[in-house]
Amino acid sequence: MSLSAKHLLGIKNLTKEDISLILQTAARFKEVLQRPVKKVPSLRDVTIVNLFFENSTRTRFSFELAERRLSADVLNFAASTSSAAKGETLLDTVNNILSMKVDMVVMRHSASGAPHFLAQHIPAAIINAGDGINEHPTQGLLDAFSIQEKTGSLEGRKVAIIGDIMHSRVAMSNLFLLKKMGAEVTVCGPPTLIPRYIREAHGVEVNYNLKETLEWCDVANVLRIQLERQNQVLFSSLREYNLAYGISRSMLDSLHKEVVIMHPGPINRGVELDSDVADSKQSIILQQVENGVAVRMAVLYLLATRDKPE
Amino acid sequence: MKSILTEEQMSITIRRLAHQVLENQASLADTVFIGIQPRGVFLSDQVMEEIRRLQPEGGVQYGRLDITFYRDDVRKELHIANQTDIPFSLEGKRVVLIDDVLYTGRTIRAALDALLDFGRPGKVELCVLIDRRFSRQLPIEADYVGKSIDSIISQKVKVYWKKKDGREEVAILD
Repeated sequence: MSLSAKHLLGIKNLTKEDISLILQTAARFKEVLQRPVKKVPSLRDVTIVNLFFENSTRTRFSFELAERRLSADVLNFAASTSSAAKGETLLDTVNNILSMKVDMVVMRHSASGAPHFLAQHIPAAIINAGDGINEHPTQGLLDAFSIQEKTGSLEGRKVAIIGDIMHSRVAMSNLFLLKKMGAEVTVCGPPTLIPRYIREAHGVEVNYNLKETLEWCDVANVLRIQLERQNQVLFSSLREYNLAYGISRSMLDSLHKEVVIMHPGPINRGVELDSDVADSKQSIILQQVENGVAVRMAVLYLLATRDKPE
Repeated sequence: MKSILTEEQMSITIRRLAHQVLENQASLADTVFIGIQPRGVFLSDQVMEEIRRLQPEGGVQYGRLDITFYRDDVRKELHIANQTDIPFSLEGKRVVLIDDVLYTGRTIRAALDALLDFGRPGKVELCVLIDRRFSRQLPIEADYVGKSIDSIISQKVKVYWKKKDGREEVAILD
């Protein structure tokens, strides 16, 4: 048994078996992270470069920690402090790094499809850490792992993805993954932030009413408004957005059940989530971050050991 | 296929192993037992059952260890990990490692590495059902041996467990 793909470019390219294998391996690594020595020697001979052409705290730390916990050698690259700022092309940058004998590339880029382009031109295994508005596969996987851990299974689970669906790569990865694993998905947000043909294209439900969506779901994955990706006015103000789509304590208390609250971070408190919701018992936001390391260890481990010629 | 141990002989041998482990130590207060995943656990489950029968006052610590992430051939092919469950510290303890077959010694090498991540054991002993002598690639020997076999390298020794394979037997396959 092994992954069907050589790279992790998106959830779109994975099979159901791939996803199950990653989640199962992640559970093993989660146990490793509870040990007195939270480290295994598996990737001792592997060098990994983290190429971040876009800002990140959680994802970059999470990947770096996962790499170190697997005993890999780690190189960090931030676009703002590198020669990319001097006009070097993406392919030149990566080829220069690879000539220093690097085995795997973890990349975040603001252009959708950047890792797919790279995969066609370089021999190293590539892991997409977020590309533009396309996918953020490890976030999708860690969200699925957290849902499974909290609620038992993904099959038949009712998951709502709430907020800026249009500009969210997290939404896309979650949606592909949840559908493949047999969960039911509803997306919710203002009509201007939901792609028009998403129902036909992906087989998900669309509901513009937050209250109804919360009444329906077991798990609510709440997304940030990606103001940096919006180049036109799509809603009148953050204050108005909060009134219509922000999740408040009183809203949750009016439901006749307990919904699990998730958020990929960073949270804009008082916009999509009120503070007393984000910090409540039913929110698993910090568990998501904790699980992120185990899930990324699983992805790195499974891709590093695949078809490696001696 | 040549049968080495029948189900009845296996059961006697496993009981003897349990007695030998006890014989070496009057009290089990500082002893922990670790079965190696996946197939060593079938043996360790049975050894533990016998030890608990002999020492019914209980309190014997028993865990399972998966050594996949510590293998020395981890990148040559993909190995799928099994569950590790050691919810106690090994610091200063006498650890009895239990596996079904001792062959090249590489699994035990990996297990010794893995054990250190749970604390520094006072002493580590090895208990196996089958010892394939003369095929070792590392300087590792067992303290408790069910049966020694001098087989040639091309042959395969297979231990069948009821829980997994529907019957209990040790056989040499050509």
